[in-house]
Amino acid sequence: MSHSHVHEESAGASNRVKALVAAFEAANVFTERDLDAAIETFLEHAQPANGARIVARAWIDPEFRARLLADGNAAAAEVGIDLKHWAPVKLRVVANEPGRHNLIVCTLCSCYPLAVLGPSPTWYKSDAYRSRAVRDPRGILREFGTVLPDDTEITVWDSTAEVRYLVLPQRPAGTENATEEELRTLVTRNGMIGTAVV
Amino acid sequence: MFSVGDRVRTRLRNPAGHTRLPRYLVGRDGRIEAVLGTLPFSDRRAAGDRSAKETAYTVRFAAADVWGADADPRGSICADLFESYLEARE
Repeated sequence: MSHSHVHEESAGASNRVKALVAAFEAANVFTERDLDAAIETFLEHAQPANGARIVARAWIDPEFRARLLADGNAAAAEVGIDLKHWAPVKLRVVANEPGRHNLIVCTLCSCYPLAVLGPSPTWYKSDAYRSRAVRDPRGILREFGTVLPDDTEITVWDSTAEVRYLVLPQRPAGTENATEEELRTLVTRNGMIGTAVV
Repeated sequence: MFSVGDRVRTRLRNPAGHTRLPRYLVGRDGRIEAVLGTLPFSDRRAAGDRSAKETAYTVRFAAADVWGADADPRGSICADLFESYLEARE
């Protein structure tokens, strides 16, 4: 695909968005300013720091970890992350363990746990990642610099309905004395997608 | 209705309209991993029935049952699939 083709496609989408917004304005549903404000407010609260907060708490509190794996939305609320606007979307947290690794993808589009990880990286939406993650997850991980032992069981979670997945990475060795705040700084976005270990 | 651990097969279906059953998982054998409850049913919603809901399940497929003998023998794929995509398998 040539660069000019990409540009034309994005100009087409942009024109359609402009036409839609104009129609909503004309019908007195909302204005462009309302829309900008809504997006800004949403993005202000949607960031990987939310995911890191959840993960760090799960590392230090085994009971929280158990509640998190049972009901992601309720556990997120415990650490001050409100997913009510997300309904009926469910947050499901899947835990990496010794010998078990999890990887997240959306083969059909680009479903992503936006509220806890912020906007998704471009590669997550690429055809290459979406098609190869389910076919050859070990190869994808290697390209991300993540080499797992051969006997590690890899589960790929394809987000095909109203569930959004978050990987709970294993707590790094040597962090026994770290505080919750220090642990948060170790948690990476890719670690919570599963393309990296922490 | 299915329960956790049930063996299922995804139906051979290739609708002209919208679906959330990925083509690579059509006609594959798997096992119910989790019952998700009633969720908005995308296929009918896309056709204009905005209140459509259906029970959905997480289904786990062994990578070898999806891709064949050269797949990672320890790999698996989990997908969230609606009841009408699935049939019971003995």
